[in-house]
Amino acid sequence: MSISVNHISKSYKKVKALQDISFEVKQNELFGLIGPDGAGKTTLFRILTTLLFPNEGTATVAGFDVVTDYKKIRNSVGYMPGKFSLYQDLTVEENLNFFATIFGTTIEENYDLIKDIYVQIEPFKNRRAGKLSGGMKQKLALCCALIHKPKVLFLDEPTTGVDPVSRKEFWDMLKRLQQKNITILVSTPYMDEAALCDRIALIQDGKILEIDTPEAIVKHFPKQIYNVRANNMYQLITSLNEYQHNHSVYPFGEFVHYTDSRTDFNPNDLKVYLESKNLFNIEIEKTKATIEDTFMELAK
Amino acid sequence: MKTILYIIQKEFKQIFRNKGMLPIIFVLPLLQLIILSNAATFEIKNIKFGYIDNDHTSTSRALIEKFNASTYFDVLTDFPSEELASSAMLNGNVDVILEIPQYFERNLQKEKYNHLGVTINAIDGAAAGVENVYVTQIVQNFNKHLKVDLLQPSDLQIQPINIDTIPLFWYNKTLNYKTYMVPGILVLLVTMITLFLSGMNIVREKEIGTLEQINVTPIKKSQFIIGKLFPFWVIGMSLLTVGLIIAKLIFNVPMVGSLPLMYFYTSIYILVVLGIGLFISNFTETQQQAMFIAWFFTVIFILMSGLFTPIESMPKWAQTITEFNPIKYFVQVMRMVMLKGSGLMDILPQLLKTLLYAFIMNGLAVWSYKKTN
Repeated sequence: MSISVNHISKSYKKVKALQDISFEVKQNELFGLIGPDGAGKTTLFRILTTLLFPNEGTATVAGFDVVTDYKKIRNSVGYMPGKFSLYQDLTVEENLNFFATIFGTTIEENYDLIKDIYVQIEPFKNRRAGKLSGGMKQKLALCCALIHKPKVLFLDEPTTGVDPVSRKEFWDMLKRLQQKNITILVSTPYMDEAALCDRIALIQDGKILEIDTPEAIVKHFPKQIYNVRANNMYQLITSLNEYQHNHSVYPFGEFVHYTDSRTDFNPNDLKVYLESKNLFNIEIEKTKATIEDTFMELAK
Repeated sequence: MKTILYIIQKEFKQIFRNKGMLPIIFVLPLLQLIILSNAATFEIKNIKFGYIDNDHTSTSRALIEKFNASTYFDVLTDFPSEELASSAMLNGNVDVILEIPQYFERNLQKEKYNHLGVTINAIDGAAAGVENVYVTQIVQNFNKHLKVDLLQPSDLQIQPINIDTIPLFWYNKTLNYKTYMVPGILVLLVTMITLFLSGMNIVREKEIGTLEQINVTPIKKSQFIIGKLFPFWVIGMSLLTVGLIIAKLIFNVPMVGSLPLMYFYTSIYILVVLGIGLFISNFTETQQQAMFIAWFFTVIFILMSGLFTPIESMPKWAQTITEFNPIKYFVQVMRMVMLKGSGLMDILPQLLKTLLYAFIMNGLAVWSYKKTN
């Protein structure tokens, strides 16, 4: 096991940030922590990266205990905090050199590990980090977190605030890193990114709702979901919410994801109801559940 | 060791890249030194002086002429009545009023004895005291000459014996205020700049989030702290150097004592300041907080350092507090070594106290610096 977390709890005064969290991450796994802001993801990361002591429970990272062996963990993990936290007034190369030096290594020594990523920012190596674009900053931060060849990589919301193209590139990079014998724990509030992980844990209010592969999690969704569309989105949502048989109503892009509480649901009944509410151009069709649907269902 | 060197190198790069910071570090303090040393003086000039002459004789006019001749007094007005003079004082048009009584000359000649009324605006107590001394000096001087004028041959036998004091001002013969102030203000600058910079520096890493990143690395506390603070030690020492050069070239302050001793003491003193700075930054979250706390302590330290007001004139409890003021020792040492030429043995008490202070502050700072919460 690369990471194992056993009954970890942490509270800040009265706020319970984490309650009895347990999970395990296998060697070379890409494990995702999926949850909204304030779910406790960052707290968990800070505990696993030895920045914070848990109130209860134990955890090991790369075989070392986070409390007693914290010094060894610091040598063998890479951490990329959610906020860009490199020196903005140092250049790309200086930042990388700095982190290499404090880890007691050099850029050359582990160059092959970061090569794929570094070549993309190398043309700007004399530019100050503060002057890089968002996507470039992420790449540089990833390089700095990788420069000492960590066994486990912690990425706290690495794609928040990054454009869709860079996000996709970033996930491709993670997939490649996984092949180089690195276990990756990544957190994200984006449900679409969850599908790219090997396994995910859905987390909310400091509790884990479910842990499984993205496919299995979706399969667990108990009901049939319908995409509903009409000419007036706002009125559609209000009408669906007023409908007596509804189970859940969530806007989802240009559609509304609707589930019915009855087992013998007939979409035509709903259509008639919506037409009575002066809506037209009504479309109702079956669709597959996504991780977001599952999350909303579990978080209910 | 390599890690420490690299951090120092990085720190210097960052300091010299910060275009806004450079002038603050090097130009502003020196401007302050030049301006403050010229401005901060207890000599009071251009005192607004008014008088009420009820006598209108040659003697009273001669007395007023004495005041007119003095560079300290601007003789403003001859007030016809006491009432007008009082209202002028109330309006702030006049600071000192001299009232010469009627029959001033006659009484002097007849009784060889007389009174003068002096009213001084004492809102600024210190200034009033100084003004009083000036007035007394002029009147005494006038008195002496008057005696000679009024003396008659028959009085010769009964002339009283005069005791004159002739003061010698050691270590600052001409009572030159700048000689006294420059070493003190130099102390102030070295302290302020190093304290503010070191206090804000680690907090800055907290603020931009790099500290969290650093804390996950295997770097040792001591390596990080030494690497972070050493550059400010260097800046403090170079500020002292530039300040001493200015003191010599512009103010021509005598440097009687040994320069190496001054540097030796300063090198220890800066450690105290850096320890305080680090301690502050451990307990603050933003640069603003650090700045305010550093400012709070500097103001207290400066006002209680004996730089502007002598410690001997403070109440007993305040004097006890000043024992914990590192700036006090630095001011003392600088003045002692520069003006008096004190040697190592003379400043040993201050040196030992500073050394102890350095150990305590840095110990506390390192102890309170935590990589994990």
